[in-house]
Amino acid sequence: MTRGYGRDPVGSPACDNVARAPHAFQLVVPSPRVPAVLTMPPSLEARQLTRRFGTFTALDHLTLKVEGTKCVGFLGPNGAGKTTTLKMFTDLIFPTEGEAFVNGISVQQDRRRALSSCGALIETPEIYGSLTPREALQLVGAVRGMSAADVRERTDRVLEQVKMTEWANQKVGRFSKGMKQRINIASTLLSDPDVVLLDEPSTGLDPRGVAEVRSIIRGLKGEGRLIFFSSHILSEVIDVCDEVILINRGKLLFYDTLANVNARLGSGATSVDAEFLRPIADADVARSIASLAGVTAWSRLDERRVTLTIQGGPEKRAEILQGVAGLGLGLVGFHESRSALEDVYLQEITTGES
Amino acid sequence: MSASSGGLADEPHVALGTMPGPVEQAFLMSRYQFRDYLRAQRFILMLAIVGAILAILLALVGHYPPPALIANGNAFFGSLWVGGSEILIIFAGIIFGGDSIAGEFQNKTGYFLMGLPIKRWSVYAGKYLAAYAASLVTILVYFVVLVGAGLYFVGSGAITTGLLGSVGLAALYLAALLGTTFLFSSMFKQSLYGVIIVAVMFLFGFAIVVDLIEGLVGITPWFIITWANVVIAYPLTGVPAGAGELIRNVALLPTLAQGIAVMFGYFLFTTLGGLALFGREEFT
Repeated sequence: MTRGYGRDPVGSPACDNVARAPHAFQLVVPSPRVPAVLTMPPSLEARQLTRRFGTFTALDHLTLKVEGTKCVGFLGPNGAGKTTTLKMFTDLIFPTEGEAFVNGISVQQDRRRALSSCGALIETPEIYGSLTPREALQLVGAVRGMSAADVRERTDRVLEQVKMTEWANQKVGRFSKGMKQRINIASTLLSDPDVVLLDEPSTGLDPRGVAEVRSIIRGLKGEGRLIFFSSHILSEVIDVCDEVILINRGKLLFYDTLANVNARLGSGATSVDAEFLRPIADADVARSIASLAGVTAWSRLDERRVTLTIQGGPEKRAEILQGVAGLGLGLVGFHESRSALEDVYLQEITTGES
Repeated sequence: MSASSGGLADEPHVALGTMPGPVEQAFLMSRYQFRDYLRAQRFILMLAIVGAILAILLALVGHYPPPALIANGNAFFGSLWVGGSEILIIFAGIIFGGDSIAGEFQNKTGYFLMGLPIKRWSVYAGKYLAAYAASLVTILVYFVVLVGAGLYFVGSGAITTGLLGSVGLAALYLAALLGTTFLFSSMFKQSLYGVIIVAVMFLFGFAIVVDLIEGLVGITPWFIITWANVVIAYPLTGVPAGAGELIRNVALLPTLAQGIAVMFGYFLFTTLGGLALFGREEFT
């Protein structure tokens, strides 16, 4: 059963069984980069998308429409069906049933047109080792019909975005996995596509690279396009996404805005890890910290860290932080141990599996 | 379900550029793939094989100049060009075609290409054209050196129209052989399988099959490409007596037309088969 955590997203009989974010029905004002001829916003749609591998159903009648210029996180545990879905959106694998649409064009019926304004990064592609990044991007630009001048200009720009300018003329075959992934991201963005599909784009990147990818995605959000990216890293999704879709075992569990997910749990209990400079005795915790208003339970992580269960929203957390800091116990860290999304994620996955 | 059933504009925004047609995309693919081949170690390997064959042949001819061989251009090229080019075409097929399609799956380069707005047959055709061009370059190196050697050993009359005819037939054989290697390569997602099958079949497998069919089954093995490719020599040596004639139901040698038809048929049907397989292959 598909459901949203905000108001009921299914607003018209014609849209029964179609999971949409609440604001999908609102008028979407095209961004400045969308030409006037395109009166509708970029979109991705799955209609009864199903994929079976023998007796195993990797994706089970997924029906979903994502529309507008925003960033949507596609979440699920390993094996949930995320990559399978994205591969069907790019015609890398074929559906057993159903159809995938990019900007309203069926990928299965006309892959060229459907993918013409879509940049996709699926898994970790390899680029011909003897080509340089510049040449590989020239190939992408040529296939997409970009002019030589556009290719040059965009190549410089996207290589700068992924911090690979100084490697532009080196052969890709000598690159590390992380460097190749940066070039893959560059190739995805080269044609300035309206729809960007990213399948766990941080794979293979070092921590700095991961942070840079997030920064790139945040930058893309400001450029008025639909970004759809799969991940199993919740913090990544929280960091960059406006909306989130959760699937597990090939089934859609929910699709909603992050704001709605947070609002739903914002007034409930949250867990916070408090870290102290020195070991802290149980007696001190029980006497001083646990007695603060709003702290309903506590447990020890180790001799210097405790997890507090807090009833209330951000204001209550701020109040408790002030209270703990004022106790003079040497507080050095105070952060949420689980986000609202993580709570929903665990709850939905657990419910689904039971 | 119509393409526009999603309710969006029929012609959505193409981010930048106007997409070229599928044929143009195939040529674009071939250009970059060819560049990749020229820079890859396999090209050096192929040139090394060409160099080794040339060195051995020309050293032998230079040291022991057989009078019959250097008597005229047709004899010289009928031996050195025909024998050398046939084996080089097989090596070229193995080196440039054996992993051509399987490699896209095994090495994951297909994920880079197939996310682009390009038809699968454009990718296949582009790769085929590139493999053909790279093979042709190496075989032409062999040809050019041999022409030089022919002029040196035989004299200015070495170059005949027959030689050009033979080169044309070798080019057709190359097209057929690459079509076959691409077909085998499309059957697997592991490069090695395609390479091994092509090597085994063309280096000795087909020859054994031809002998078995002729000797044991007693029919003409017209459907085996190595039965047909002997016509490469015909423009130089002339069509042998008995070509196309049935002896106890078996034609040991094809006529020129039969040879051309079989090689062309191989090119056509293996290419169609390979395209069909690649079109259905999934990047799982």
